[in-house]
Parts: sequence; structure tokens; C-alpha cells
Amino acid sequence: MLNVEGLHAAVGDRPILRGVELTLRPGEVHALMGPNGSGKSTLVHVLAGRPGYRVTAGRATLDGVDLLAMEPEQRAGAGVFLGFQHPVEIPGVSQQLFLKTALNALRRRRGEAELDASDCRERILRATRSIGLEESILSRSVNAGFSGGEKKQNELLQMATLTPRLALLDEMDSGLDIDALARVSQGIQALRGPDRAILLVTHHQRMLDWVVPDRVHVMIEGRIVLSGGSDLARELERRGYGWLMEEAA
Amino acid sequence: MNPEPAVASALSRSYKHGFVTAIQADTLPEGLDEGVIRRISDKKGEPEWMLVWRLAAYRHWLGMTEPRWSSVRYPAIDYQAISYYSSPFADARTPVSLAEVDPKLLATYEKLGIPLDERLSLAGVAVDAVFDSVSVATTHQKMLAQKGIIFCSMSEAVREHGELVRHHLGTVVPSGDNFFAALNAAVFSDGTFCYIPPGVRCPMELSTYFRINAARTGQFERTLIIADRDSYVSYLEGCTAPMRDNHQLHAAVVELVALEGAEIQYATVQNWYPGDEEGRGGIYNFVTKRGVCRGARSRISWTQVETGSAITWKYPSVILLGEGSEGRFNSVAVTHHHQQADTGTKMIHLGANTRSSILSKGISAGHGHNAYRGLVKINAAADHARNHSRCDSLLLGGSCSAHTYPYIEVKNASARVEHEATTSRIGEDQLFYARQRGLLAEEAVALIVHGFCAEVLRELPMEFAVEARKLLAVTLEGSVG
Ligand SMILES: Nc1ncnc2c1ncn2[C@@H]1O[C@H](COP(=O)(O)OP(=O)(O)OP(=O)(O)O)[C@@H](O)[C@H]1O
Ligand SMILES: [Mg+2]
Repeated sequence: MLNVEGLHAAVGDRPILRGVELTLRPGEVHALMGPNGSGKSTLVHVLAGRPGYRVTAGRATLDGVDLLAMEPEQRAGAGVFLGFQHPVEIPGVSQQLFLKTALNALRRRRGEAELDASDCRERILRATRSIGLEESILSRSVNAGFSGGEKKQNELLQMATLTPRLALLDEMDSGLDIDALARVSQGIQALRGPDRAILLVTHHQRMLDWVVPDRVHVMIEGRIVLSGGSDLARELERRGYGWLMEEAA
Repeated sequence: MNPEPAVASALSRSYKHGFVTAIQADTLPEGLDEGVIRRISDKKGEPEWMLVWRLAAYRHWLGMTEPRWSSVRYPAIDYQAISYYSSPFADARTPVSLAEVDPKLLATYEKLGIPLDERLSLAGVAVDAVFDSVSVATTHQKMLAQKGIIFCSMSEAVREHGELVRHHLGTVVPSGDNFFAALNAAVFSDGTFCYIPPGVRCPMELSTYFRINAARTGQFERTLIIADRDSYVSYLEGCTAPMRDNHQLHAAVVELVALEGAEIQYATVQNWYPGDEEGRGGIYNFVTKRGVCRGARSRISWTQVETGSAITWKYPSVILLGEGSEGRFNSVAVTHHHQQADTGTKMIHLGANTRSSILSKGISAGHGHNAYRGLVKINAAADHARNHSRCDSLLLGGSCSAHTYPYIEVKNASARVEHEATTSRIGEDQLFYARQRGLLAEEAVALIVHGFCAEVLRELPMEFAVEARKLLAVTLEGSVG
């Protein structure tokens, strides 16, 4: 499914990713951990095609198709979804309109017929309920005035509506209270599926108690330096990153 | 993965109404003098008072100079190089029935999405179709007449409802008001007249669709709407023109009169040809629009979506005379490529407890230049007057500009006047967020802009809001990437 090989990326002259190797298969959930500034967000943004990053070497393919050659919207069409650590506000645009526009844009891109207003509404409502959000969130402007928890849940609402093949979820657990963390984690767990791969960027074990990952990777200074099973996350929680950073140095 | 054809094609702008109708026209030679004015008046079969009024305006105009205070820049206009009258009819009178109208004209309106056959027309909308200097057809007149509503071309009104016209014409925008208003008063050729009798709620949207077709012709229409006591009317105006390399002048005057308890909602979706990417051609849209809330508790609102024209210069205003009357101005103005807009409003508070609100949304892209210019004036007698103004500007790209010039004059201590202004740039973050969800950059811009304007678009009747939204998207094609 997702294959990242020897990926190097820079901002300006400053290298940030320095040879990332990563493989996700359909149905798998991988956790990506690592100290602040190690390059986790950069990796998911580069995979999603955010302008401003320069890929200097390496490859990234989704089902064999070169992701790096595509525009961001084409990657979305290919099934890539990025859950933003800081979701963006779009004042005046209702969530309903945004989701409908996105849903039909993706369908057009895949050569599928656009859904009419009532089919769209139906799908969006189902997704809203599955995430445990109130229907009223659909008439509000995209992310405008949302609480931290609502913003994260709203990313999952978009994911549930757009049904991506590959979800890159960047710190869905940051800034959440205990109940919101449970809701968001359960939401992600519910979005697991045999055809879908999920990469969870996180700093905390708590979310991984709900969403038990198949693999855990540790990124340090733009490289994945250690990978393991779900136990690795618990070990990191106990030991921190210091020992790994020394090894990497 | 297929390359995205939409990205490439979106880089060139498409003006969808730029075609020319090949039709025999009765056009006056270029140039302006008293003889021309007499011929226009004669062609229209006008009464003597109308000609006298025109000539007085013309003599006044001769002594005036073109205003230079606005921020728009354009080469001098040669007023002798313009034809002041062009009609698609040999005979100046409007045909009595559609059967008499040249099918080419009907086809033109059909192509513009405005079928003039009542059976095919948009539900609930009556249309006066103005083609160059004359009204081609006015729909639903009989039905409206049953309620006592007069909805006809200005030429017809001058002939058939002379006293009513004479009583109100020039009372809101005097013939010597400003350079372009004086020119209009001298040479105005057609436009729309509406009268809503006391207590009547107009059952349809009334509308005028202005089309410029002939080359080197100016369009000078004049619209007068009178809402008698406790009546209500919603009026819409749309406009398009062919794509041409040279600039064309459109200098209109609109006067609104609201008597006690009456309400007029006036909406414009302006899509005159804006010129090409290099700034060649396009309409100079120099328009004077003003309403007077003459009676107590009367209300006037102006809503405008200005996407076209090379230059837009207009300040739809409200004179708040009646006690407790209310004026509103809601505006979206877009400038792309080399378009310039200097637009805003004047709210003149004369009566006590008068209220006004101003909501202006300016969007600039390319080398577009967008200025909001507004005056809020509270006179000494206007006790407890209130105004709230908000001007938001949105910039796309680094070569465009936005300016806000709010003028506030308060002569009464009990007044409350509030002004807010913001300027923002479409964020890379917003664009990337929307693109990550599958939207093309163009679609993302259209959506973000739509959100920026949503409050104003909500003021438009449904069908026109949809139209306006599409227009905004088309106007901003090629503004990113
Ligand atoms: N657009 C950018 N411009 C300049 N520097 C950048 C940019 N994006 C990332 N960086 C730098 O790259 C490094 C990696 O940042 P990144 O956000 O990927 O880290 P992270 O692993 O997600 O950290 P955190 O755990 O704090 O979220 C940081 O030093 C950051 O300052
Ligand atoms: Mg991060």
C-alpha cells in the first residue's frame, strides 16, 4: 500500500527528513512517535503534498503509484487523507457545503458520478453519527470557533465522510480532555478497516490503549531509528527518547 | 494519474457573455450636441417637458468637469467619439408583442439565460430587457397591472405616466448632481420605471437585464422606482456586454423613493465585460444610485455583487429622511487582472431614530485595485441615529491592492457610529487544507471566497445568489497557481 523509501526532504536549504523508510499494508495501523521537531509532521505533510517542502531524494508510492509527482488534490483523489494537527478555519463556509464539495470533487476525480444533494446529506449524516457528533455541527462554518476537541473530532468526521485508503493522522490526541480523548480514539478505532491503512502520529500511550497499533516507529532527526510492536510505545513512555538519541548521535 | 485539465484551462479567464448579436441597428452618429438630444427625445416621442429637462441638464453638464477625486485611473474619455443612441428597432417604439420582436434579439436573451417568453421565464421574476438604448420587452406587465403595479420601460412611462414620472424624476438624483448624472439626464435613452401602489406587496421580483451590444455606443439608462405607503418591492438588475478591445461607457442613474412604511430591496449582479488580462477593453461603469427614505419607517437596501467592468465607480446611497427609516448597503466587489473598483455608499441621516448598516466585502486578485469609499453623515436633527459599518478586504496574490476610505461626519451627540475594517490574504493554510480534501486550487479559492461573501450573498434572492456564486468563481479563475 504505502511505500516510502529513502525519503529526504528540506525546507529551503535545511534538510529535515533524512532517509525515511516506511511500509504500511492494507488494514494496518502504525504509530509514529519521536521527540518534538524530529520531523513527524513534516513526513505526513510531504506525503500529502504541502507546498513549501522540497523532496531531495527518495520515493513514496501508494499502491505503486508515485505520490510525489502529484498535486495535493490528486493525492487526495488517490485516497490520501491528512488529519491536521491544527485544522484550518474557513469562515462562512458551512461544514455541510465543504463536505459535499469535497465528496463530489473526490468522486469526479475517481470517475464516479457525483452524488445529489440528498445522497450527500445522507452520507454526511451517517458519518456524523458514527463519530458521535451532533448534526448541528454541519451548519457551522468549517472549524470556526470549534473547541480543540471538536476540531479533532471534525477531522475524523471528514475522514469518515471521504473514506480514504490511507489516513495520516497528526496528533489527533493533543490538547484533548480525558473524555474527548476517549471519543477521538474510539472514532479512529471505528475507522479501522481491512482496506485502509492508518499512520498515527502521537506522543502518548493513552491513545494507543484504545487504538492498538500493529507497528510503532520512532523518528529521530528525520529518520526512523527504531520500529517494533505495540510494546515499544509502552517502553518509550517509561524510558523516554534519551537513550535512542544517544544511539542515533 | 491523469494530469488535471482543469488546472491548465483555469489559467485563462472565460467571460461567458462576450458574444455579439449581428442585428440591423438604428444608431445615431458619434458625437453630442443639442441636436442629438432633440433627436433622442424625438425618437422616443417624448413630451416637451422632458426635452426641456434634458436640455437644461446638457447645458449644466457643459460647464462641469469630470470628477478626479476617486482612486480609479483611466485615459480621458472623448465624449464626441461615442454614439448616444442605438436601437435594434427601426421604429423607436417598443414592439407591442414578442411576435414583433426580431428572433435574433429573443435568441440573445435566451443565450444569456433570460428567456423573454413569460411561459419560459424564471418563476416569480418579471423582466424588462434593455438592449443598447431601448427596452426590448417587458414581461408580466398585465398580471402586475391587476394589482395596480406599473412596471414598464422608462420611455413608456414618460409617455403613459408622465405626471408620476415628472413628479419624481430628478428628485433623488438632481440632473446637475455630478458630471455623469448630468450627462445621463441629458441623453438617457431607456431604463425601467416601477410604481407600487399603497399597501401592495409586489408578488414577483421585478428585474431589468441590461445588455450592451453595439460598438462605440454608450449606455445611459435611467431607472426610477417609487414604493408608495406600506408597499414592498424587490428589484434586481443584471448586466452583460460583448468582449471588445475598446472601452465602452455605461453611465446610469437609479432613483428610489420609499414613502411611509414602504420597503425597497434593490439588488445588482453586475457582470459587464471586464476587459482582458492585459486590461484591454471593458466597460467603464460610472453609475449614480441613490434612494430616499422619504416616509417614516421606510426602508431601502442596496445589495450589489460587482464582478465585471474595467472600472466600477458607484456609491449606492440612502437619504434617511423619514423618522425611524433604515438604509442598508451590502456589497461584494471583485477586481482581477487590471480591473479597478472604487465603490461604497453614503448614508445620510436626516431624521430621528434612523438606522443604517454597511457591509462591504472587497476581493482583489491579479493587479486588481479595490477601494471602499463610504460616507456616514449624521445631521444635527438626527437624534439617536445609528450606523454600523464593516469593510472586509480579501487579497489573492501580491500585486493587487485594497483600500478603505471611511468618512464619518457626526453633528448630533446622541448618534452611535461604529466602523470595523479587516484585510486578510487567502491563506496558504486554507488552500492546502481544501486541496487536501480533494478540491482543485480554483475550487478551493471559489469556496473560500464564497465563505468570505456569504453574509452578502444571503441578501440576494435564491436564483441570483446561485448565479452570483458562479460569477465569483468565474471571475477569479486563474487567480492562483
Ligand atoms: N515550513 C517550515 N519552515 C521551516 N522549518 C520547518 C518547517 N516545517 C518544519 N520545520 C522544521 O522542521 C523540523 C521538524 O518539524 P516537524 O514539525 O516535522 O516536527 P514534529 O516531529 O512534528 O514535532 P512535534 O512533535 O513538535 O510536532 C523542526 O525543526 C521545524 O522547525
Ligand atoms: Mg508535529
